[in-house]
Amino acid sequence: MSQSPEPVRSEPVGLAPAILETPNRARILARLRSRPTARGAAIALVILIAAALFAPFLAPHDPYDLAALSIFDNRLAPGTQSMDGPVYWLGTDSQGRDMLSAILYGLRISLVVGLSATAAAATIGTLMGLLAAYVGGAVETAIMRLVDFILGFPTILVALILLSATGRGVDKVILAIVIVQWAQYARIMRGTVLVEARKEYVEAARNFAIPGWRIMLVHLLPNALAPILVVATVQVASAIMLESTLSFLGVGVPITEPSLGLLIASGFEYLLSGEYWISFFPGLALVVLVFSINLVGDRLRESIDPRRR
Amino acid sequence: MTLDTTHREAPNLDAPILEAPNREAPILEAPILEARGLVKRFSRKPDIAMRLLALAGRPIDRRTVHAVEDVDLAVAPGEVVGLVGESGCGKSTLGRALAGLHPPTDGDVLYRGKPVRELTRAERLAYTLEVQLVFQDPYASLNPRRTVRQTVGEALAVHGLAPRGEIADRVEAALAEVGLDASYASRYPHEFSGGQRQRIGIARALAVDPRFLVCDEPVAALDVSVQAQVVNLFMDLREKRGLTYLFISHDLGLVRHICDRVAIMYLGRIVEEGPAQALFSDPQHPYTAALVAEIPDVRRRKRRFTPIAGEIPSPLAPPPGCAFHPRCPHAMPVCRETRPALAPVAVGRRAACHLHTAPGASPAAIATTVGVPS
Amino acid sequence: MNAPSPNAARPLLEVRGLRTVFHSLAGAYAAVDGVDLSIAPGEVVGLVGESGSGKSVTGFSLMRLVDPPGEIVAGEVLFEGRDLLSLPESAMRAIRGDRIAMIFQDPLMTLNPVLTIGEQMIEAVTEHHGVGERAARTRAIEALGQVGIASAAQRLRQYPHEFSGGMRQRVAIATAMLNQPDLIIADEPTTALDVTIQGQILHEMQKLCEASGTALLWITHDLGVVAELADRICVMYSGRIVETGTADDVLDAPRHPYTAGLLGSVPSVNAPGSRLHQIDGTAPPLSARPTGCPFRTRCGNVLPVCAEIDPPLAGPVPGRGWRCHNPMPERDAA
Repeated sequence: MSQSPEPVRSEPVGLAPAILETPNRARILARLRSRPTARGAAIALVILIAAALFAPFLAPHDPYDLAALSIFDNRLAPGTQSMDGPVYWLGTDSQGRDMLSAILYGLRISLVVGLSATAAAATIGTLMGLLAAYVGGAVETAIMRLVDFILGFPTILVALILLSATGRGVDKVILAIVIVQWAQYARIMRGTVLVEARKEYVEAARNFAIPGWRIMLVHLLPNALAPILVVATVQVASAIMLESTLSFLGVGVPITEPSLGLLIASGFEYLLSGEYWISFFPGLALVVLVFSINLVGDRLRESIDPRRR
Repeated sequence: MTLDTTHREAPNLDAPILEAPNREAPILEAPILEARGLVKRFSRKPDIAMRLLALAGRPIDRRTVHAVEDVDLAVAPGEVVGLVGESGCGKSTLGRALAGLHPPTDGDVLYRGKPVRELTRAERLAYTLEVQLVFQDPYASLNPRRTVRQTVGEALAVHGLAPRGEIADRVEAALAEVGLDASYASRYPHEFSGGQRQRIGIARALAVDPRFLVCDEPVAALDVSVQAQVVNLFMDLREKRGLTYLFISHDLGLVRHICDRVAIMYLGRIVEEGPAQALFSDPQHPYTAALVAEIPDVRRRKRRFTPIAGEIPSPLAPPPGCAFHPRCPHAMPVCRETRPALAPVAVGRRAACHLHTAPGASPAAIATTVGVPS
Repeated sequence: MNAPSPNAARPLLEVRGLRTVFHSLAGAYAAVDGVDLSIAPGEVVGLVGESGSGKSVTGFSLMRLVDPPGEIVAGEVLFEGRDLLSLPESAMRAIRGDRIAMIFQDPLMTLNPVLTIGEQMIEAVTEHHGVGERAARTRAIEALGQVGIASAAQRLRQYPHEFSGGMRQRVAIATAMLNQPDLIIADEPTTALDVTIQGQILHEMQKLCEASGTALLWITHDLGVVAELADRICVMYSGRIVETGTADDVLDAPRHPYTAGLLGSVPSVNAPGSRLHQIDGTAPPLSARPTGCPFRTRCGNVLPVCAEIDPPLAGPVPGRGWRCHNPMPERDAA
């Protein structure tokens, strides 16, 4: 061609529906920032995560140090001064534990369980969905029937049965959550990949005799990941809720590592006698955490999903 | 634009066009790629839900899309063959089957005279790489998350076709060949216009040194002024590289311009085939005549003809007999019952129409397929 | 040149200085930048341009159907002397679908998927005219018959998805013709259709408009279609009309290098097998239009002045003009 290269340009914006562009990171962040509620939620989330991360430095007491607990400080109202001097800003529980410290540490456990369970479930589900959609045939049937089976039962019921078989423990709660949650990712991933695999760049790759594993991991996976990431943010919140529920019901984390759910449970019996703070403040922390994760997740979905722009 | 020399040397009207008459045929004239009795059908496998409904008495939907039905088509080296038809005629499926993307339901694809299903592993890879596709949609045909360098160089790297250190050079050479600057290699597809993306797609095909390009509506999605650029690129590449093309398009004006030989498809079958100029100036099938009348012509003012009537039937349920008979102004009783065979009608030309063979019918009627100017 | 001259009668539609901008984070850019256009009663005008030329936005602007971030910022759209841009929305709604109708490339833009086409067509009549449902139904059946849809009474009970693409477009055309509008704005209505179906629809549109005296603004990228249909042609590039005139003038004796380039790149005017005449480069994005003439970066006739001054639309007679400092040599229209 004698012609010199054309100047690089982006496509003109027309009224025709825009071609689905990959939203870039900067634009997503800009969109997140542009909404006050989402911004507030994002700030709350950052504060909560930082608080959990730096709990050992922030907490006035070490709630795990049984020796430091004084039974005489039990069930003190918020703002009461302890016998040793420091003020219990959020009161104490029936063991005399400082609620503020317990909440900070509880937040840690809840977040660890929520994030690691989600990461594991998303990874397993994504790969299973990818495999089912790309390979098809018997593999697809097997995976998707298993998915249907798992999603056919109430989540909490499956988790309860699993945990009553395995017993309490942070690792066991995570395992239970992964088992009930991977199926959702698999279903979403399969749908996305089925659409993506029809695109011509996948045909082109096949026409270059690119091996199947490479088409799946290099071509399909990165292009089908956006919905998974959005769902995962919301699923972190539901994993935290599930863990709290299980712990509240007494089959979740052990008493030695109290999560927010277990803290709520521990104050439950005193709720009606007016000592609201033992359940209320951990509950409030849980609500704020879950709510802000969901708001950020919703906003994320809006910025990724072109139909909702 | 000479072609079809096989035929000129052996003007045997009964021999399939361009198929080497025997093993002794000169190697140059043997087809590089050939479809023989090719059939491709798509049918839905009944899933569990459908089987359950079947138990409850609902019949299983076993409808089959007859995408390609019994197609014979041979392409000689260096030839540009146009494959023309409207939506649902199976032209894209035929192109993909020839490129090896769709295994045939029946019949064979022959590459350099050998059925593809009998190729060894190494031969199969050579065939796959030597027959490349250029796609219609410049957006969907490039992976949005891969740079131009990754896209164009992928096959070279995966199959070890070039030493690691040379891949970047090979990519740049391929980009230069399609008129793109080497500095574009590190960019992503969304930074390019439609025409530029189509060039990237062509560069990706050229990188593996193909012999044959199956171009599936390669300019249909481009702006008019950019279409000419890409068409010229194809013509330049043909000259420089001696490429052979199967050019799939619904744009008859374009096909007439660049193709040596043209096959017209209707509902999965080739209804007419022959040298481009002869086929367009003197159609031997009423459907071809109807298409030729619709070639846009900027010299023609104010339409004054009655177009062919009717809709394209669904490939799920093609009409019996000649698939074109419900729309054909010349349809005779025989057309409703017997499917006409694709048979030679003149030197180098085949058509599937009863007007050529039925007693009392005259192929001269074909010229009057579209309404006379009023 | 038997096409009606735009000044022979009072124009049905006269557009002056239309300017529609799109607001973006980076600022506003004009998708339609000072468009003048005139359509006489019963006239077929082709508005030709490539993607991003502003041809579709022009159509939407005439109907006041530009949604944010788009905004019509200047100009007049005089329909029978009344400026549509200053009408209250209620008055505009009374004109839309009654006096001026629009047909889109995707007929599903105007057809509601959850209503039968009968319900939609009958509503389109009763909304604008005080006629009963029975009369409206009769009118709908008649309109479907006119566009070649058989057994119209039964098909009225069907939903849009039960129609093929070509049939759907026919329904959209029949709906547009229901109230016998004075003007139909057709935005690439045949682009997505197969060639034989496109041929049928072109044929029927032409017959209908001739019979009813409806004027037609046919927006397309396809010069071949326009050549067969239009009395007059306007060629758009980068938000402006760069050449206008009768079909014969524009197609046989183009003066703007862009028009000449487009015509030269049509395969049928090039010798078979030869390289096509090509316009190099691609259209600049509207957000980064070059100074002076926007076509100068791709133009073979470019002069130093082209970078300085944007040429005005000028020509020898009213209704014939081009925007170019160095136009193609004069030729006789065939």
